[in-house]
Amino acid sequence: MSATSASDEVLIGRIAQGDRLAMQVLYGRHHVRVFRFGLRLVRDEQIAEDLISEVFLDVWRQAGKFEGRSAVSTWLLAITRFKALSALRRRKNAELEDEAAQAIEDASDDPEVAVTKKDTGEVLRKCLSALSQEHREIVDLVYYHEKSVEEVAEIVGIPENTVKTRLFYARKKLAELLKAAGVERGWP
Amino acid sequence: MMALSKKMLEQEPGEIEMLLPWHAAGTLNARDARRVEEALARDPALAKQYAVIREEYAETIGLNESLGAPSVRAMQTLFAAIDAEPAQQVQASPGLSSRILGFFASLSPRTLAWSASLGAVALVAQASVIGVVLNQPSDFKVASADEPVTRSFTGQAPAPGAFVRFSPDARISDINALLQNYQARIVGVRGSLFRVEFGEQPMSKEQVASLMGKLQREKIINLAVETP
Repeated sequence: MSATSASDEVLIGRIAQGDRLAMQVLYGRHHVRVFRFGLRLVRDEQIAEDLISEVFLDVWRQAGKFEGRSAVSTWLLAITRFKALSALRRRKNAELEDEAAQAIEDASDDPEVAVTKKDTGEVLRKCLSALSQEHREIVDLVYYHEKSVEEVAEIVGIPENTVKTRLFYARKKLAELLKAAGVERGWP
Repeated sequence: MMALSKKMLEQEPGEIEMLLPWHAAGTLNARDARRVEEALARDPALAKQYAVIREEYAETIGLNESLGAPSVRAMQTLFAAIDAEPAQQVQASPGLSSRILGFFASLSPRTLAWSASLGAVALVAQASVIGVVLNQPSDFKVASADEPVTRSFTGQAPAPGAFVRFSPDARISDINALLQNYQARIVGVRGSLFRVEFGEQPMSKEQVASLMGKLQREKIINLAVETP
């Protein structure tokens, strides 16, 4: 089996043996999604770029300990989340609060956006960005990273039922933000 | 209070309702997907909510895709960091000591017993693979599980060596003690078979035969055969 057709699990096995090429292949496959997941959490491109280097360096160091109980992509996202939250803790709380408030303001108080409603999609994206970190990550994991209930539970470290209810309330919050921005969708 | 509870109850999402986002993403198992499909077919309110979810789903993908990709700097930083890692992390296989420890740690007693019982058969197979060994003490490279053990050749007489399989109940401390007693060192491992070298000086055939006989009588050794 060539390196390009090897499964993620096979690549991890090779990486555990110090195979740099396998590392390059795995990086090529996953770095964009890891970057985007990290960026959505930390909201800073520089930090998100630093994150992916740290995440894949962890993979290089810890590949031998990967037990294959979950998909490699799930493992990568779990590492990314852990590192992103650590990075966030290093930032000043006040800075984050300002940023979140600004994002909500952008989504709900822009009269032009609220009045014209020409692009509901654009408003929706702004509101998705205005969700809390807890809500953003679960929306992204389910919709963009296509993770099952079980996988999200593993990545976030919460029970499966909590995963379901958290996404439900994230969606309700999104609906509130949309309503504030002048977009009614008939739910809830 | 009662009214509040009733209101809260009304707001509680139903089981199927909570699964809708995963149905949109196509990540439900077949059973749950069928349950959701059936519920959507009979409940217009649920179907309306599902349409909203599909819109959220599409925009979440659009939002994430619009984030672009990291610069090449991230990859350069990563591989510079990998290159700076300790040598044992970058070599073709994990460190020998960790492989030996990992070998013992990874096998159950049952597996060890099984491998010991097949020792002679396995040895023939191993020896045929390792038969290309050319002895040169200063340039030994530990092979990975898929590679033949190879050495460069300078013409210098080699230290005597053996392929050794330890008994399933051998402890690491026992193996260490034995290696010390024989002034031996493990220089390679392949499956359950260890390649061991003894001292630095060459031995006569008779001395090697005597050494192999002595090793075979050790309680913690199941198999000891002179290396070709």
